Amino acid sequence: MGLHATPYKGLLGWIDARMPSLMQAYRTHMSEYYAPKNFNFWYFFGSFALMVLVIQIVSGILLAMRYKPDSQLAFWSVEHIMREVSGGWFIRYMHSTGASFFFIAVYLHMFRGMLYGSYKKPRELVWIFGALIFLCLMAESFFGYLLPWGQMSFWGAQVIINLFSSIPHIGDWIATLIRGDYVVGDATLNRFFSLHVVAVPLVLLALVVAHIFALHDVGSNNPDGVEIKERTDSQGRPLDGIPFHPYYTVHDLYGLGFFFLAYCAVLFFAPEVGGVFLEGNNFIPADPLQTPTHIAPLWYFTPYYSILRATTAEFVVWLAISAVALGAMIFLRVQQLWLRIAVAVWVVVAVALLVVPGVRLDPKLWGVVLMALSVLSFAALPWLDQSPVKSIRYRPGWHKILLGVFVVAFLVLGYLGMNPPTPTRTLVAQVCAALYFSFFFLMPWWSRMGSFKPVPDRVRYAAH
Amino acid sequence: MRRVRLGLAAMAGALACLAVHGQEAPLDKWPSERGTDMVALQNGARTFVNYCLSCHSARLMRWNRLHDIGLDDKQIQQNLIFGGQRVTDTMTVAMQPTDAKVWFGKAPPDLSVIIRARNTVEHAGTDYVYTLLRGFYRDRSTQTGWNNVVYPSISMPNIFWELQGPREAMLTLVEQEEMVPAAGKGSPHEALMQTVSKFDADGNADAKRTELEHGEVGLTYVFKPIDPAAAKLVDEQVADLVAFLNWMSEPSAETRRRIGVWAIGFLVIFIAVGRWLNKAYWRDIH
Repeated sequence: MGLHATPYKGLLGWIDARMPSLMQAYRTHMSEYYAPKNFNFWYFFGSFALMVLVIQIVSGILLAMRYKPDSQLAFWSVEHIMREVSGGWFIRYMHSTGASFFFIAVYLHMFRGMLYGSYKKPRELVWIFGALIFLCLMAESFFGYLLPWGQMSFWGAQVIINLFSSIPHIGDWIATLIRGDYVVGDATLNRFFSLHVVAVPLVLLALVVAHIFALHDVGSNNPDGVEIKERTDSQGRPLDGIPFHPYYTVHDLYGLGFFFLAYCAVLFFAPEVGGVFLEGNNFIPADPLQTPTHIAPLWYFTPYYSILRATTAEFVVWLAISAVALGAMIFLRVQQLWLRIAVAVWVVVAVALLVVPGVRLDPKLWGVVLMALSVLSFAALPWLDQSPVKSIRYRPGWHKILLGVFVVAFLVLGYLGMNPPTPTRTLVAQVCAALYFSFFFLMPWWSRMGSFKPVPDRVRYAAH
Repeated sequence: MRRVRLGLAAMAGALACLAVHGQEAPLDKWPSERGTDMVALQNGARTFVNYCLSCHSARLMRWNRLHDIGLDDKQIQQNLIFGGQRVTDTMTVAMQPTDAKVWFGKAPPDLSVIIRARNTVEHAGTDYVYTLLRGFYRDRSTQTGWNNVVYPSISMPNIFWELQGPREAMLTLVEQEEMVPAAGKGSPHEALMQTVSKFDADGNADAKRTELEHGEVGLTYVFKPIDPAAAKLVDEQVADLVAFLNWMSEPSAETRRRIGVWAIGFLVIFIAVGRWLNKAYWRDIH
């Protein structure tokens, strides 16, 4: 067996002759990956998210060298890093600021997908991997947030783990399994540390690779939602595509300058962001005997937390009415008899579990179900969206308004989740939760309504 | 007398309630320019060692870190350290937490990061501690004989009482209340109730409850020091102490901001180069 014929010289040639897959990968993903030339501002956030992932891994490795996953030492070891380790404060703030910026980047990245229909065929798998990354990220930040072992770490974990115990029959068993004890304690801290630094990052990295591979197989979408692979030159290269490297590497490098500007402004001048990124209460060591007056998760979880809190006994009645209405709409839409029977059975079961005395579930449990549903709804977008076009540019104008309403509802829920509830706030949260779910679950109907504009054959692009 | 007691009990309950809901008395603004004033920081360090460190530890704070606020080893050893500690030790206290629990009901918290711990989305930790330390008044109904406008029923006594001299206090609490009339006389209704409690310098209280037509819900207070000059001095002292506590809660804050300026400067150049590079490459894309 001879060496592989290589076009490269020197050391690279030596390697390529023995391992051609290396340069093959470079060509597939960089120099010969053709990306649409009309990417705009919104297309920066994917590479920003990748950058934060690198920051989190590097700073995390350094933190783990000094951090002690022990309930007696954890809090003090974090402050030890802040004070006695040279440059320790910088590493710690890199990690704590990075956590919030990860979610900012990912939320804007997801919003881009919703703007331009990036989840639509043939990119469903790209989106599914993305949704799994999002779930992983939530798990990662939840586990990581316990590690400083402050009051918010402890009580936040307590509240979230207790959600699992509301599951009938097996709930308590699951909660005990997560805690490794009957209360949040040293065992919990140790296993969360292990999950945070080993298990979840491994899965996260694998999913990121899958996300990018899946993307590079089907090719990137673009603001016009035009499939650039449908128009190619004589060598099979998309007419509207340009090699990722060097064009988008320099483009993203330029964009990263602005990203780092925002990141460093926070890191160096306001790492706490007025108690939003780093909460004051978390500078008090965890005290199992003293419950803080107000427990709220970090900002990136508050929209879902708001939905959880908004699910009161009265709200459950509205849920039952909505379930019947949605069931009726699906019933009329589908043709097959067995599907209609399935829908009817589902609605009856849902209504029974929602409101019928004797069989109905605790509203708190429905809150947990709705919270899970609010996170998982994103994953269903490729099938919920029935619009004939991808990009918002060619959809009816009022679709933009609906997307705007959804974003506002999401932000309001986020704001409300950070604050203690009052009757008015709960009502507002319920309205926003209704808007949030209506956006997703009525999408199969509204997304095909209205007059769509014709999609051009080629992307629209004005030279820089 | 009975009515006074009732009023006071209602007041105590309402105050505890307010504290729970985070609607404390309005906070005074800590003069933040002292945060970087070396004289204020050093004075604050002295006050901290003299007044706080006998009960509260600062176990994250190494004595020789005080170099950062312009003190050298000799000054620290001679003027600030009283026990047998060395400058390389941390600021611990001799008092056992178990004893402290017996004496005060709970162990005094470590103060290393207390300012950051009191930061909330609504207020700065510095303002909170600045107001708290100046918010004590005599109240015979409590165990220590002291009470506090921002932390009702606080276990800590007023450490500055000797310097401050006696003070009278007037607390005005306005709250929304459910009024239940006597049987057969109208229906329950919401009313705005004002409770004015006057505490004399010995902590004897007199409370008066009236119904208001309109007003804002919340707590306001006025202190009347017998010796205004002495009280003013304590205000100064506490402002410096808070400056020190604030510095101690994040000793690297100044370094952080200083390096930050360079980081931002670097990024501006980075963006300029990036912009040029991007333009140069994208010139041939049409």
